[in-house]
Amino acid sequence: MSESLGGGVVYTETVVHSAPEALVAEAPYQIAIVWLDNGGRLTGRIAGEAVKIGDRVEHAEWRGGVAFFRKAS
Amino acid sequence: MRQVAIAGIGKTRFGALEGADIRSLAAEASRKCLENAGVSASQVEAFYLGNFAGPCFVGQNHLAPYIASEVGIVGVPATRFEAACASSGAAFFHAYTAVAAGIYDAVLVTGVEKMTSQPTPKVTEILASAGDLGGEIRAGATFPALFAMIARRHMHEFGTTREQLAAVAVKNHASGALNPDAHLRKKVTIEQALAGKPVADPLTVYDCSLVSDGAAAVLLMPLERARDAASKPVLIRGVAQTSDQVALDRKQSITWFPAVRAAGEKAYKMAGMTPAEVEFAELHDCFTIAEIVAVEDLGFAKKGEGGPYSAAGCTSLTGEKPVNTSGGLKSKGHPVGATGVAQLCDLALQIRGEAGERQVKRNNVGLAQNLGGSGATCVVTIVSGA
Repeated sequence: MSESLGGGVVYTETVVHSAPEALVAEAPYQIAIVWLDNGGRLTGRIAGEAVKIGDRVEHAEWRGGVAFFRKAS
Repeated sequence: MRQVAIAGIGKTRFGALEGADIRSLAAEASRKCLENAGVSASQVEAFYLGNFAGPCFVGQNHLAPYIASEVGIVGVPATRFEAACASSGAAFFHAYTAVAAGIYDAVLVTGVEKMTSQPTPKVTEILASAGDLGGEIRAGATFPALFAMIARRHMHEFGTTREQLAAVAVKNHASGALNPDAHLRKKVTIEQALAGKPVADPLTVYDCSLVSDGAAAVLLMPLERARDAASKPVLIRGVAQTSDQVALDRKQSITWFPAVRAAGEKAYKMAGMTPAEVEFAELHDCFTIAEIVAVEDLGFAKKGEGGPYSAAGCTSLTGEKPVNTSGGLKSKGHPVGATGVAQLCDLALQIRGEAGERQVKRNNVGLAQNLGGSGATCVVTIVSGA
């Protein structure tokens, strides 16, 4: 996966403190369900500044098959 | 279709049960159940096992005959059902259909999970395999995280508060403290619940059910045969199993569960009852928000009002609709594969008037709701005195 997902809106989010085995070193981290402008929805990671419901986000990159989003400036 | 009854019940204690393995737990609950019904192992015509992740937690597969033979049940169909946290609810539903259809006259349904032999991050990972591994789980979601996202959205849409979530934990711990078989028999205060260690915001450890070992069993028979059993039969008035998308991000809305509403509607219709006629319930409080959503989806409170309804005490032991008089998954414990059948055992105890200090007065009609994953499987059962 390399194509950009574009922008979207945060439908819901959480900061994960108690992580699964593979992600213990990265906790705490924020994930969100993003409703994309293109009509799609997916669960992705948030990079940088924390987001809340209703915030606009932009797809920043793919890392290991996971979409990372950043709060839109 | 024949009328079907629960002719016997049996449970182990729930908790971190060192020294008890998956087979001994399941066998203990099964034997107690047969003894409770006054039925011998040789009379059991089929064995339905609910178990979520025995192969992951303890490495053992082929669990149904492994357990059945330990109890002396051999030569008959013995099959494991897996539907995440609704595994034994699903086993129960299918056993019900077989007895109702006249295929069998005595089916033992046992649920079991042995979870505490693994460290917490591994348990978290195994539980997460009930979600969408290629999507939400790869992105870092855990089960607490999925329900945290449900809670965030419910708070956003309906104004549900942290205090209302905490009220569910306080209530379930208060009931669980009265249950001798419960995992965590301690009362907690609202202040303690609010100050809990964060797991996935806004949920703290006090919003999350327990990682437990345990087993539970029920024996199903046609009502007329169950009347001859050693204990008072409990009549199954309505039961339904439904399904939906596994991934939370594929659902139309996450502040209600289509599978729960549909299972509730089907079970109410089959029983010829309304939500108002249900006197008490065991609901799947894997997380505090899950009980609030279930209270709404099953029609005990209006949509969005589950939080205030719970905080007002309506679902407490002395409230208008006692919910989780056993202590629920929060305090009684949540050995996931055992939970669906354990809920039915707890309803039966109330209906028989054997619930001790947590006995409710209006105890004739009870409802159990067993949820798998973040709402991809649901089993709702309505039972009453026979």
